[in-house]
Amino acid sequence: MSPEWIHPGLILIVGAWLLPFLKGNAKRVAMLAVPTAALIDCFLMSAGTHGVVSVWGYEVVFGRVDSLSLVFGYVFSIMALIGMVYALHVDDNAQHVSALTYAGAALGVTFAGDFLSLYVFWEVMAVSSALLVWLHREEASVAAGFRYLMTHVFGGLLLLAGIVLLWRETGSFAFDDLKAFSGSAAWYLILAAFLLNAAVPPLGAWLPDAYPAATVTGAVFMTAFTTKSAVYVLIRGFPGTELLIWLGAIMALYGVVYAVLENDARRLLAYHIISQVGYMVCGVGIGTALAINGACAHAFAHILYKALLFMGAGAVMQVTGLRKLSDMGGLYKTMPLTVFLYMIGAFAISAVPLFSGFVSKSMIVSASAESHMTAIFLMLTLASAGTFLHTGLKLPYYMFFGKDSGVRAKEPPKNMLAAMAIAAVACTIIGVFPGLLYQALPRAVEYAPYTLQHVTATTGMLGFTALGFFLLLKHLDPKLTISLDTDWIYRRGAALLTWVARKPLTVLEYGFVGQIYEFVFRRPVLGAAGLLRGFDSFVVDGLIVGVGRLTLRLNQLLRTAISGHAQHYGLVMAAGILLLLALALIAV
Amino acid sequence: MNFLERQLEDPVRFARLKRWGLIFLALTLVAEIVLPLIFGSHGHFSFEDFPGWGSIYGFVSCAVIIIVSKVIGKLWLMRREDHYES
Repeated sequence: MSPEWIHPGLILIVGAWLLPFLKGNAKRVAMLAVPTAALIDCFLMSAGTHGVVSVWGYEVVFGRVDSLSLVFGYVFSIMALIGMVYALHVDDNAQHVSALTYAGAALGVTFAGDFLSLYVFWEVMAVSSALLVWLHREEASVAAGFRYLMTHVFGGLLLLAGIVLLWRETGSFAFDDLKAFSGSAAWYLILAAFLLNAAVPPLGAWLPDAYPAATVTGAVFMTAFTTKSAVYVLIRGFPGTELLIWLGAIMALYGVVYAVLENDARRLLAYHIISQVGYMVCGVGIGTALAINGACAHAFAHILYKALLFMGAGAVMQVTGLRKLSDMGGLYKTMPLTVFLYMIGAFAISAVPLFSGFVSKSMIVSASAESHMTAIFLMLTLASAGTFLHTGLKLPYYMFFGKDSGVRAKEPPKNMLAAMAIAAVACTIIGVFPGLLYQALPRAVEYAPYTLQHVTATTGMLGFTALGFFLLLKHLDPKLTISLDTDWIYRRGAALLTWVARKPLTVLEYGFVGQIYEFVFRRPVLGAAGLLRGFDSFVVDGLIVGVGRLTLRLNQLLRTAISGHAQHYGLVMAAGILLLLALALIAV
Repeated sequence: MNFLERQLEDPVRFARLKRWGLIFLALTLVAEIVLPLIFGSHGHFSFEDFPGWGSIYGFVSCAVIIIVSKVIGKLWLMRREDHYES
């Protein structure tokens, strides 16, 4: 590893272990210093290939630094800092270490120059984020964490299988555009692994299952890294893959449909991650310079506003303990700052002019228009209305306004508000000065978001979505339900499997296989064993016992002879001499 | 009582707020129809040049999303909260 290049992910992963040894203010300073160091490291980095290590004769590249990895590196390290500010009041070392490790692993994936280093960080990311779910320390979270980890281990195995197949074909672990292998098994496996992490349906049910179960602060980290690092690797490996255009557009609408039905505040936001990542996946699929830039810009903007939204919902959960919209309402009276900051995030995700979503999402939508994809354009625009409908109208209406629930909560801790404020400022700066973000994008292409047509059409669309919302309001009241998703397969499917294992399989096992075993194997074997045992005890044992008894008798005979009295021995000797004399006499 | 509370709790002020909202809505619609005519801007697709396209599509989208999702939800997806626990 070259001495002048330090991996920012390593700073986070190693720096995380400082925290358990520190206390009080020193710990809080370290919690901010570690991600700040990683952020500065990213800004000081120069393009090129760094951190090359030789492993088993293969060159493993930990530092592929170019404009694409840098833009993700910046936002991931900014997010790590915001997340730590938000978690500053939390007294749980395990959470902090997991969160920093998770962010560090995401940076590891970003700067990985080959499949070996990518795979290692991919798995670290899965395990450390699962810890953020478990550390909520509730029964439901433990179960959700296991489902989350199981899904990601499955995804990791797909990736590993793909890497191995690719290696067998090419003899290298190089990770570049995989177009040349399009259609091969390796290509499909790697694509599936990436799509699983990007939460593309039907592989995405883990996201709305796990994120609402994570800790208040952990969930904020989770919204940023897994899906967006998957978008990054899709841009690297699969730009211009047509399948992604349709998957992305369907995904954008899929999240919207579920968000209508959802009652859990954080799960509603989680479904909107799926929807927003849909835009990025679609952009990767379109693959033109504008679309790729759009995917990067949207990932950047999305991480900040989605974190802000999750921080808002988390703040409500922190102070009220409530997670269902049906229990909330009227909170704006005592939490005006939280409402204000949340609404900036809501305007940003809804692509309101002057906020970040407007300048990033429109790049992808415009790219679809420039490529003359009418259906995709209409689907993405439809999903845009849905985004405003849920995160901009439904969620704040039922959470902060609406029917007063009587809950009187105070504002969350200052550090939580500070983290939200940082994210809110970032969302606004990007919206007002899009050039700052655009200059960091990987492809060279001009784009002007603030055209008259675009601004007036967007404003009209948002305004009339709001009108539609208030007209249809009574149909949107959150219901006490949950919605079926593809996690049914392993939640109900697993229960079905255990039932099959318990009932029919058991009957088959004991009633049929067991009986066959009894009559074909157990009884004949036992019978034969009985015969052998008889032979053993009567013949073999008898023989041995006979020899033993004989020896014993002989012994007893000899014992009478060996009495230990000298006169007996003298007598025997005298008798022997007499016998010899008699023999000599007879013989002569 | 904070600023928002004063606006939303007082029926007179709330009615005024509602009126301003509707005026704003009307203005966006007028702006969307009139401004492109004056400055001659065009969208990528011909349907984008239909007067008030954004407003119409926004309103229709909102209604379609709510109705279609609710129908899918009621017929298929929505379950009791303890669905997975039983």
